[in-house]
Order: sequence, then structure tokens, then C-alpha cells
Amino acid sequence: MYIAFYSFRGTTALAAAESINVSDILIDIQQLTFSRGDRVIYRDLNMQFARGKVTAIMGPSGIGKTTLLRLIGGQLKPDSGHIMFGNEDIPLLSRNALYAARQRMSMLFQSGALFTDMTVFDNVAFPIREHTRLPESLIRLIVLMKLEAVGLRGARDLMPAELSGGMARRAALARAIALDPELILYDEPFAGQDPISMGVIVRLIRSLNNALNLTSVVVSHDVTEVMSIADYVYVVAEQTVIGHGTPEQLRAHPSPLVQQFLKGEADGAVPFHFKAAPYEQELMELVG
Amino acid sequence: MIADKLQQIGAATIGNVRGYGRAGIMLFGALLGKPDIRKGFPLLVKQLYVIGVLSLLIILVSGLFIGMVLALQGYTVLVKFGAEQMLGPLVALSLLRELGPVVTALLFAGRAGSAITAEIGLMKATEQLSGMEMMAVDPLRRIIAPRFWAGVISMPLLAVIFTAVGILGGHLVGVDWLGVDGGGYWSAMQANVDLYQDVMNGVIKSMVFALIVIWIALHKGYDAVPTSEGISQATTQTVVTASLAVLAFDFILTALMFGG
Repeated sequence: MYIAFYSFRGTTALAAAESINVSDILIDIQQLTFSRGDRVIYRDLNMQFARGKVTAIMGPSGIGKTTLLRLIGGQLKPDSGHIMFGNEDIPLLSRNALYAARQRMSMLFQSGALFTDMTVFDNVAFPIREHTRLPESLIRLIVLMKLEAVGLRGARDLMPAELSGGMARRAALARAIALDPELILYDEPFAGQDPISMGVIVRLIRSLNNALNLTSVVVSHDVTEVMSIADYVYVVAEQTVIGHGTPEQLRAHPSPLVQQFLKGEADGAVPFHFKAAPYEQELMELVG
Repeated sequence: MIADKLQQIGAATIGNVRGYGRAGIMLFGALLGKPDIRKGFPLLVKQLYVIGVLSLLIILVSGLFIGMVLALQGYTVLVKFGAEQMLGPLVALSLLRELGPVVTALLFAGRAGSAITAEIGLMKATEQLSGMEMMAVDPLRRIIAPRFWAGVISMPLLAVIFTAVGILGGHLVGVDWLGVDGGGYWSAMQANVDLYQDVMNGVIKSMVFALIVIWIALHKGYDAVPTSEGISQATTQTVVTASLAVLAFDFILTALMFGG
């Protein structure tokens, strides 16, 4: 029944491959179209993120992966299509309902987006203080637990400017899990990290996902790291999904574009050369 | 050629009107809704300190010197007509009606307005505003609203302080240095300054300027292109636009209050 339901939207693969229930899907993106000015970013995009899993979205730079996270978070509105978060369609929510939905999700920004005028402790305490009326002693307890989970309990009194890039991202991660969200969106969590902090973040994403029963969506173009932690991967290019499956399925994917991306080949379905007149012809014209 | 020019003018006008619209929506979003006293009050107090108290020094020094210069300049003219006992009203009225509100607003735009624009622009560039939104905290209410109210409350107070210090500066030069009669300085001032016509109109002017300057500063920061170049442009625009707007509105308000 549910397979028929999904095949109606042309996305049988995930439901069939993993044989999961509709209720196991936390986010269901249907027929999403989004454009900036005249430039179409996504055309009829379909994606599903299963509850409790790490789903990765990969693709070349500049195709709007971050935009997709902002669409899920309701910061941008699509031209058409649905983004179902549980039973709610994010683009149609009223302001109050959207803010209520955002309390159940978190986003880890590429820069960390820590508040520079507060200590690490206050940064992590910020969402708790804003959304609950817990006594300060309890907030202290929660914050220390979250900081312990990312290994920064000792850095609680530092200001964000005193943290290294990797530490800032971990502090931001502690803040993102402060209110125990259902969903966490990672925007390029591995970009610009040294191998050690990259390893730490890879481990954290996986272990937090399992320990806190989160649903994680990781946007990245770091193939190795993503393939090592993701349960399911979507490869996005040319305004839509060009391939999806478990990492094993994806490695055997027939599409040359997917293969080129996974192997990082310079030339292939995505040509090395930007569109231009034939080289010889142009040289001959110059020589006259 | 002419069509191109017309098109440019049209595009610029539409851009401007859009800007006003966005500024209006921003303010509307920030001020609409029930204020949360428990969370809002500490934020307001912090901004009153940053925007108001930290601007005190420049206001005090400028007020003192402008009062002193006014007395010096006024005395040299008045003494020719033997009217130096009118120095008190001259200093007081100039400051109350014009210089107090206007110069305070210009200094405020340079001191606090530029800082607010840069701060909010940088918050935007470092995704702090987006981050806040994703944490289900409305940056308009958390960041914009307290700064707006702090500006609107502190600027008229700063203008009053500026004027008071200016009058004392006038006394320092006129009475203590140039030898104008001290009793005459105060009594002539008392006789010629009207509470409603002069003091209240000055305060009203200052309130209008406060609204304009803080609104422009907040909007330029919130609307800044989130790059280093964009923020530097936004900061400059805040000072230039706010200063020009203050002078334009000063003329309009003066015409309305004292013109008839």
C-alpha cells in the first residue's frame, strides 16, 4: 500500500529498498521547485529522510545544498512543492507554528554561528533559557552534560573567539542538541577541518545520532566521510536528485555523473572545460 | 538614451521604495506582539547602557564646548548693542530649539548608529541571526527591538543633558570669563524660555530624530550585504543617511513649530 503511495510520486526506491513505513519518514520533500531570480535551483525534487537515520546529501559546490537546509528550516519558501516535517507542511505553516516546529529541529551552521558576545556556556544555555523556565541550577547541569558529550566541558568559560575552528563547531553542536531536537541539520560539517577534528566530528555525528535517537541530515561534499557514516545518501546535481541509495548501492550506481562525483575525477560527465568555442578554432582566430 | 535614463530613475525609485518597505516590515515585526518583560527587560537595560550611557562622554564634552562657543560668539555681537544681558536666552534658546536635538542626533548617528549597523551586519554575516531563527528565537524581537527602544529612550535624555551642559558652558564663558552679570544670565533666560514652546518642542524634535536615526541604523545593519564590503557600505550609509534625514526633518519640524 505505502509502496504504491510512494511510487505515485516516483520515489519507490527508498521505501522499497529499506522496506520502511510511511510513519518512519520524518521529512518528506515532494515535488519541490525553488528558484532564485531567473535561476532554477531545484526542479521537482523528491527526497525522504528516515527517522533515526543519518541521511546525507552530496553534490558539487554551488548547487544549493545549504539552500535545501534553509528550505527545510522554513527560512526560505519554495516556489511550489511540499516539505512535510512529520504531519506539518513547513512552507504552509503560520509564523507561530513554524517557530514551534523549529524547536523540534536544530541546524549546525558551517561557521558554527556561535554568539560572539557570550561564553561557550551561555551559548549552549541560550536555547534552554529562551524556551524553558528551568531553574539556573538545572540549566547548568544540562549544559555541562551537553558540553561533556562533545568533549568541551573544560572550555565552558572561553569566548567563541578563543576556540579553534573544530572546537567552535563542536560547541555549536552542543548548542544544537541542547533542547534534544528530533532532527538535526548539518551544513558542511567537515569543511575546512584538520583530519583530527574531522574524525572527531564524524564520530560525534554518528554517536549522537544513535545515543539521542536523532534524525540527522548531513549536507557535504566530503565523499569519504559521508560514505562512512551515512545510512542513506542522495546525490544532487542539475537541479534534482541524480542518484540515491545506501553507500553500497551508490558505489554500484550506473550513472556516470554519480561515479565521477564519488571518485572525484576531473573530467567526465561534468566536463573539465567550461563551455567554450573549440580550442583550435579560437587559437587560429587569434593568430589570424 | 532618454529611455535609459528614465529606466534608471525608475529602477532607483523602485529600489528605494522597496527599501522603505523592508524597513517598515522589519520594524513592524520587531515591535508587534506582546512584549516579554521577563526576557526583554534585561536586554533593554544592557542596550540602554551600550547605546545611552556609553555615549554620555561625547555628549557631555560636545555640549560643554558648543555652549562655550555660543556664549563667546553671542557676546561679541550682543555687546555691540549693549544687550549682553540677553546672552542667557540666546544660549538657552539656540540649544533648546536647535543645537541640542540636532547635534545630539548627529553625534548619536556617528557614535551609536554606526556601531549598531556594524554589529547587526556582522551578526548577519556570521550567521548568528540565521542561527537564532533556527533556534526558534525571532532575531527581530531579540536583537532589533531592545536596540530600538534603547535608542528611542536614551536619545531625548542625551539631548536634554547636552542642552543643560551647554547652558552651563555658556555660563562658564559668559559670566565667569567675560563678566556678564550672573543673576541676569539666569533671570533673562527664565523670562524668555517658554516651557511648552521651547523645551517641549525641543524634546519632541529629539524624539523624532531618535526614531529616525535608530530605525535607519537598525535597518541598514539588518539589510546589509553580508560581506566585509557590504558592512562597511552599510555603516557609511547609516551615518550619511541618518545625518541628512535629521537635517531635513529638522527643517520640517522647525517650520511646523516656529514657522507660523
